Amino acid sequence: MCGIAALQLRNPLLHPQMGSLLSSMMCQIVDRGPDSAGMAVYDTPGLVSPGTSTLSILGKDQGLPVGEIQLAVAGMLPSDAGTAVRVVGDTTLVSAAVGTDLLVKAVSETLPGSTIIGRGEHVAVMKSVGHPMAIAAEHGLEAMAGSQGLSHTRMATESAVTAGGSHPFSVADDLCLVHNGSFSNHATVRRDLKREGVVFDSENDTEVGARYVASRLQQGDTLEEALVNLGKVLDGFYTLVVTTADSMAVVRDPIACKPAIIAETDDYVAMASEYRALAALPGIENARIFEPEPGKVYTWSL
Amino acid sequence: MVTLTAPETSSQETSTAASTGSTQETFVVDLAGSPVRAFNQALHNAVDGQSWTVTNPEGKHSLAVGINANVSVAIEGHAGYYAAGMHQKGDVTIKGNAGVGLAENIMSGRVHVKGDASQSAAATGHGGLVVIDGNASARCGISMKGVDIVVGGNIGHMSAFMAQAGRLVVCGDAGEALGDSIYEARIYVKGTVASLGADCIEKPLKEEHLTELAGLLAAAGRTDNPADFKRYGSARNLYHFSVHNSTAY
Repeated sequence: MCGIAALQLRNPLLHPQMGSLLSSMMCQIVDRGPDSAGMAVYDTPGLVSPGTSTLSILGKDQGLPVGEIQLAVAGMLPSDAGTAVRVVGDTTLVSAAVGTDLLVKAVSETLPGSTIIGRGEHVAVMKSVGHPMAIAAEHGLEAMAGSQGLSHTRMATESAVTAGGSHPFSVADDLCLVHNGSFSNHATVRRDLKREGVVFDSENDTEVGARYVASRLQQGDTLEEALVNLGKVLDGFYTLVVTTADSMAVVRDPIACKPAIIAETDDYVAMASEYRALAALPGIENARIFEPEPGKVYTWSL
Repeated sequence: MVTLTAPETSSQETSTAASTGSTQETFVVDLAGSPVRAFNQALHNAVDGQSWTVTNPEGKHSLAVGINANVSVAIEGHAGYYAAGMHQKGDVTIKGNAGVGLAENIMSGRVHVKGDASQSAAATGHGGLVVIDGNASARCGISMKGVDIVVGGNIGHMSAFMAQAGRLVVCGDAGEALGDSIYEARIYVKGTVASLGADCIEKPLKEEHLTELAGLLAAAGRTDNPADFKRYGSARNLYHFSVHNSTAY
């Protein structure tokens, strides 16, 4: 069992409430996965900014003072890149007006032991071990504005309870994936992807799903096509939510072992493992509420 | 801490049904301010003839489980997992959707969902009637053992899996593998069936079945024409060991 809560805000007037709404949803899925948690937020002022790449790095303590990290990373980048380093909760964010690949290179050289858990122009990813609401509070989720948010509470099955094994998995620019369930053939697919040159951060089965989707997107698939292909290649139980810079997708395995419920209004699309996570959303009494069909890919774009 | 309006302590929220001159009492439980456990305990202490209205259910789990008195419970909103489980007596009406495992192991009495029901509705039910006005998702009536289920909309895949007794009526369409490994339950479907499971076949709709179906539809408050349905049931080929398998040992 794991818990998922995801929110795409269609009405910009709701953007200031993104964090408080997502927090209220996440609070209701804690029982489903109390050992660790993670969140991805999109277009949150103070965490990301347009025209700038941001890397989310696991942990607040990188073994170097923030100032030294900033100097070292800035030294490898153009002088006008405006390199900035911030610590938010248990996450370190490094931003600069350069491409993500260049920023990843500079950060990896400065902090060789670090784990990059999010990258892109729009997304910041935060994850940790412990009570999900304590993790949300430590990162200040309630006060965050944004266009989309994704949260996951984990009950680990396929790999250890570590911050690195928490979801979301963000392995390409602005792409995040969370998973309730388990992939049974992840080792086989991981070997196949490794042969294609894909590098993995963890032994987690969900990371394989995320790397597979990223690989398909890179080869030209749309998000919907990538998830249809995932269904052909990865075996197991899954309800997945995938977010990109401007879209959100939900898919359940063809047997539909894992729950999912969606509420859609003119103002938002919300998905959660259980209805109780949607109960506090504004206008929920008039929302179109439905369970996604087994094996069918649903996508919504901003 | 508990603000539940319990029968013995309730005052302003309790009203006696004066119009009928009966002693029927109505209790209101607001789950926004009181725990589900206390509500269920109050239902277990309830006596025949009482009515209960539940406000702000907000998808909470295990609402109104194990009722063993002739009470009437109305849940004003969406219920979470395992609502009205192990139902024995009385009736429960959910004026919204129900989560996974609605009326699981129902023994008798009646459970009515005005909206949709999630997976495994009426699973292993031994008796009683479960009415779902909307759709039911996968595994509706899985391992049903005597319960009657009437679904106004569609049902998902693997419904009536290993069904042993009872009747399942579907006014919409049925998903894949309907009635897989079914023993003896009767299934009536008005719409299309995506596929039949192992050993489940279409069977003739005889006069006795039309009568039975009309009774079930009427009990569910529906006006569908029984003649528009098809009947499915067990081919009984899985009842016996197949001699062709003897070489497998």
